[in-house]
Amino acid sequence: MAAQRCHVWVGAETGILKGVNLRRKQATNFSEFNRGQEISEMCWRQNQVLLGCVDGTVKVFSTERGEFTEFHDCSGGEGPFRGLAAYNSSLITCTESGLLKVWKEDSTDQVQVGRGVCRMRQDPGRPERVATGGKENDLKVWDLQRLQEPVFKARNVRNDWLDLRVPIWVRDIQFIPASDTIITCTGHSQVRIYDPSCPQRRPVLEMTYDEYPLTAMSLTSDANSVVVGNTHGQMAVLDIRKGRLLKCLKGQAGSIRSIQCHCSLPLVASCGLDRFLRVHDTGSKELLHKVYMKSRLNCVLLTSRESWEEDEECSTAEEVKEQGEEDEIWASMATVTDRAESKRTADLQVTPKRRKRRKQMSKDA
Amino acid sequence: MEATSILVHLFLSVIHLSSSMADISCMDEAGHPVDWFVIYKLPKYIINQSAGLGLNYMYLDPSNSGWKQSQYLINMTESATGRTLQQLYSTYHSKEQLAAKKKRQKEREALGDKAPPKSVPKTIENQRVYDETTVDPNDEEVAFDEATDEFSSYFNRKTSPKILITTSDRPRGRTVRLCEQLAKVVPNSHVYYRRGLALKKIIPQCVAREFTDLLVINEDRKVPNGLIVSHLPDGPTAHFKMSNMRLAKELKRRGKDPTKHSPEVILNNFSTRLGHSIGRMFASLFPYSPQFVGRQVATFHNQRDYIFFRFHRYIFKNEKKVGLQELGPRFTLKLRSLQKGTFDSKYGEYEWVHKRHEMDTSRRKFHL
Repeated sequence: MAAQRCHVWVGAETGILKGVNLRRKQATNFSEFNRGQEISEMCWRQNQVLLGCVDGTVKVFSTERGEFTEFHDCSGGEGPFRGLAAYNSSLITCTESGLLKVWKEDSTDQVQVGRGVCRMRQDPGRPERVATGGKENDLKVWDLQRLQEPVFKARNVRNDWLDLRVPIWVRDIQFIPASDTIITCTGHSQVRIYDPSCPQRRPVLEMTYDEYPLTAMSLTSDANSVVVGNTHGQMAVLDIRKGRLLKCLKGQAGSIRSIQCHCSLPLVASCGLDRFLRVHDTGSKELLHKVYMKSRLNCVLLTSRESWEEDEECSTAEEVKEQGEEDEIWASMATVTDRAESKRTADLQVTPKRRKRRKQMSKDA
Repeated sequence: MEATSILVHLFLSVIHLSSSMADISCMDEAGHPVDWFVIYKLPKYIINQSAGLGLNYMYLDPSNSGWKQSQYLINMTESATGRTLQQLYSTYHSKEQLAAKKKRQKEREALGDKAPPKSVPKTIENQRVYDETTVDPNDEEVAFDEATDEFSSYFNRKTSPKILITTSDRPRGRTVRLCEQLAKVVPNSHVYYRRGLALKKIIPQCVAREFTDLLVINEDRKVPNGLIVSHLPDGPTAHFKMSNMRLAKELKRRGKDPTKHSPEVILNNFSTRLGHSIGRMFASLFPYSPQFVGRQVATFHNQRDYIFFRFHRYIFKNEKKVGLQELGPRFTLKLRSLQKGTFDSKYGEYEWVHKRHEMDTSRRKFHL
């Protein structure tokens, strides 16, 4: 039950999976401390959370039952997992040494993507496509059915004004829905958009944000802007269409390890090395929730809209039930006037909303 | 003229009757007590297009032979009237205040044992905003985190510290002497000249030679102003601002030179999670030996996010009294950033960065 009420799932460096209920600002641990099983990647698979740990195991956690259901040993390459995805009942993992493996029931397919991989992501619109990128390892898009050659291989930008080669360090990749384009953020603080359908293999749009390496990125619910975070704890919302800075989100004090935007509400959850989970509103730049988790955090996942609404309905249903009992007591007593009764029922309808508003107002900055 | 002097005499006699405070007397222009003085305030004059203020005065006291125009104005605190009246202002309690104080004292005596405890005066440390990252000693998760972090090999006695002390390039006299004195404070430390080498190249060589910590003292305009502590195999790097540095010879009532005994380490008031990390970093500079030999102690005292470093020799005269001699250098540190991993200011990931406009908005919120 507690697992169903959690809005945000966070993976920590100490190997703990934490579920956070933002209405009550409570975090519950769903696994034991184990530094050898530091969680490096997390992703969704319907209602289950897939966790990739540093020692090569992939655990499946069911949010409905609140416990771990499967354990897979997906060891292969060296280094922690840099990408985790699920496709047609098979698992896709990519380690830092560049070994991209598709784990089916009985067989595995693999391909060497290049060393120094920093991120592997799956296209949510077309789950058979994945993109990889890393340090001195430019963006490559792979089709899982034909793993011999990448579908799209990006080309480095032209030499800069001193005629020096621009170094490559892809830190995070996102697919823009409803189009073919891919957006990447680099460790040299650049954000680039690539279009594989164009004959041009160089980036279509490039912009820079500040001077520190960008570590995490997430697309907002309207796919016109992207939220990026860097190693200094600065988060910014950038406009993709024009390539300019829209807003900065303040508050984070440490390097941001993971950012996740909600798929429909204007919310952004971010976690980082300063051991706090923060939820901002992308419209008003306001910090909505800030929860202290006692370990450094690596990854964050948000639950989708349906479970937010259900939680609210649950609590209002409970409140209405309590007031239903009170109603019976009042009804059994002699009524004085009709006007008083109608006033009371009107009050009962208003209180749930008032309670909600009171709860929202009592949050810390 | 006589009226003013009579008035002043009257004032003094009144005060004598009502309070038994320290001697109050007339003060002259220089602040020395005199028996009497006479003041004649000049009117606002206009002579040949120059105007007077109306506040100048002529002054006469027993030591002068005649009238003298004062250099001050009559409404200034430095004038003779100002100085005299200032004594009254500072010692005079209004009637209401005195009455209220007497009433409170009577109530307290009347209640006797049942009197409410005296209210504690508010200080900034009392009013500190509660930090949610304050470490609870019973917390298992934090205990596990600390037991498996980068300093765990020191606290499990697997490694003993070996420190490399260096400076920024081309250090001047004070910084060089600070390094030498720090080398006497911290056991098993070596001072090396920087030679313009990049820290990122020094660090792999230190790791190869089994150094556990690197201390870099940054200097600006002949004065040390920064300190970088980098724990070596892959540990965190803390960057501090250093201020108020005093070398050993500049201290008053200093003891003899420090001996080669390992000092005790005192870490005061590191209460939050970030404070714990910094405290552990300082502790790991000194050898881990709970059996104290030699009576030297190095103190890192955190107050309001400033860390005060002192080095003393102590001696217990009896069970309750202890004598202290300050030995070594003293300085004040303020944390600017804590970076995960060894020194890499450009591409490293920061665990905590001090952002003045976001973090220093409240005078009662501290982070260490």
